[in-house]
Amino acid sequence: MGYVAVKGGTLAIEESIKRLKYERLKKGDVLDVHGIECGMRCLIDQVMSESSLYSETLAAISIKQAEGSPEEAVFLMRAYRSTLPRKHYSRTVHPDDMLAERRISASFKDIPGGQILGATCDYTHRLIDFELNNETEGDISNWLHNFARDNGINSCATDLANLPKILDYLRREGLLQDCENNDREPDDITRESVKFPTSRSERLQILTRGQTGAVTSLGYAALRGYGALHPTVGELRVGHLPLYVDNPFDGEDEDDAYYIGGIKVTEVETLFPAPVQKENGVKEIEFGIGYGICYGQNETKAIAMSILDHCLETGSPEYPTHNEEFVLLHIDSVEATGFISHLKLPHYVTFQSKLDSVRKSKKSGRGKDMESDGELNP
Amino acid sequence: MKIEYNFAFFDEGSKREIRRATLKAIAIPGYQVPFASREMPIARGWGTGGLQLTLSLVGKEDVIKVIDQGSDESVNAVNIKKLITATTGINVTEAMEEATIIQSRHRIPEVPLREGQILVLQVPLPEPLRYYEPSEYETKKLHGEKEYSGVWLMLFEQIMSYGNMSTGADHPVMVHDRYVMAPSPIPRFDNPRLNCSKALILFGAGREKKVYAVPPHTGVISLAFEDFPFQTESFRNKSCRLCGAKGVYLDEIEDQATGKTIYQCNDTSFCMSRLNGKI
Repeated sequence: MGYVAVKGGTLAIEESIKRLKYERLKKGDVLDVHGIECGMRCLIDQVMSESSLYSETLAAISIKQAEGSPEEAVFLMRAYRSTLPRKHYSRTVHPDDMLAERRISASFKDIPGGQILGATCDYTHRLIDFELNNETEGDISNWLHNFARDNGINSCATDLANLPKILDYLRREGLLQDCENNDREPDDITRESVKFPTSRSERLQILTRGQTGAVTSLGYAALRGYGALHPTVGELRVGHLPLYVDNPFDGEDEDDAYYIGGIKVTEVETLFPAPVQKENGVKEIEFGIGYGICYGQNETKAIAMSILDHCLETGSPEYPTHNEEFVLLHIDSVEATGFISHLKLPHYVTFQSKLDSVRKSKKSGRGKDMESDGELNP
Repeated sequence: MKIEYNFAFFDEGSKREIRRATLKAIAIPGYQVPFASREMPIARGWGTGGLQLTLSLVGKEDVIKVIDQGSDESVNAVNIKKLITATTGINVTEAMEEATIIQSRHRIPEVPLREGQILVLQVPLPEPLRYYEPSEYETKKLHGEKEYSGVWLMLFEQIMSYGNMSTGADHPVMVHDRYVMAPSPIPRFDNPRLNCSKALILFGAGREKKVYAVPPHTGVISLAFEDFPFQTESFRNKSCRLCGAKGVYLDEIEDQATGKTIYQCNDTSFCMSRLNGKI
């Protein structure tokens, strides 16, 4: 019963916190926040995405404080997010305006604008590069110099900010049902608690801030055996989206809006062949789509999100991956890790109470005989 | 990068929004009001619901008491107190009489609450029907229609299987003859204290994003059958080894020297006051 003695808890906690700081510092080296920002791009992207807070610097500080634990770093960021007043809303962001760094399609070989591979681990061999152990600033600057020289002249004629959407091609061909833009004001899950059944805007928000591992696992489950889906990646893009806010004094004139910066996102549209009932009972196969988008470059998560978006959109009582309460209520990092870790808290009172009923059930006398022992409170 | 936090951590808009949900909860006793639960600097499941209520209510004049499973000095109580004082600078106390807001995990203190006080209970699982209905959408309908046969059946089946109702803490209650409510996992021993309480009792479930309330002088009845009445945990013929108190909730401890089971008050500040002759 060590740590809830009648007195002394406060002191023990302070010592524990000191111990934690010691663990972070004991090797005597200060981890540079700028260094984290420069070298841990993917972790920063993951933390920003799960936190729903886009700030590379804050993410880097959180990662430092959390000693690299994404779960802790996300926790810090989310808690900080709670203190921020909502001052402005950006204008609607259109993914068509993305300045793409990477853009591929698994559906068509030749796509208008071309396949742009960009930066990705996909085509590397996962062999540990032992040379990195001895990388020097000199090496880097040489390499960067050569890289800049080779890439100096941009001979590419493609307009990277205006790449056509692949799905538009399918729409023109009539293979994908055209749908109207849904311009309904999105429900904000951080301002209004989620009620079931959810709207699509709520689902997408929860999925995009979901824990990367959880979203990936459930997406994988849907792909592997629970729903037997096999989507095709219609288009996957990584790039920057510009953000604008309206002039607060002068209404909604687009030309007066202020550019406040850009966010890097991964956007995925996947295609799912599905039978569609037409007139006179004729069946045709058309494509349904799944949509995934998340902060930073995190392609696995974005694809998994698009699978789950499709699962939840179609719904099916057969599979947990198609059940919105099952998926949406269990993929949040802060909620899942918090509730699991609360099991470490003392449960003396509740356990004592349970002991009492276990003992009562073990006594041989049943029913009314118990009254002599228990205290009655009608 | 130097950033100051607002009084009571949240921005004012957030606090107002939580208070609005609280007002609705008070207006409909026992009804779970959904609210946009914020992420807190302490973990989900560690009292974020209670903490959000406390922070939304607290003013500069308030004096706060925080207890966790009966103890003012338990790890989590200390942690929560530290956060509240760090972001508000208000006074904390261990004495029930001095406190205006009491945040508690899983206990209603032994010293009776008085008028004007607010007891904030931390709730892990606010839905009393979740045991037999996993879907939130369905339980909401069941509450709306006052369709509680499932919960009665659950208790009936316990009697059939174990000879008695085998609920531990969190024995479901009927509030104001309308809503079945999870009393947060307070032991059955504390359930009767919810009935016609002089103080306002608020329940906050942060992870599950619900607030509910038992306003002062509201009837709260623990569910039971005529032939199987509600029973609290039994501490018959047992008393606190420190202060000698009887008829209070006791912790069961094994004496390391003798191997015997001994008991002491679960409510540590109550026990201390008795030892110091204040009660």
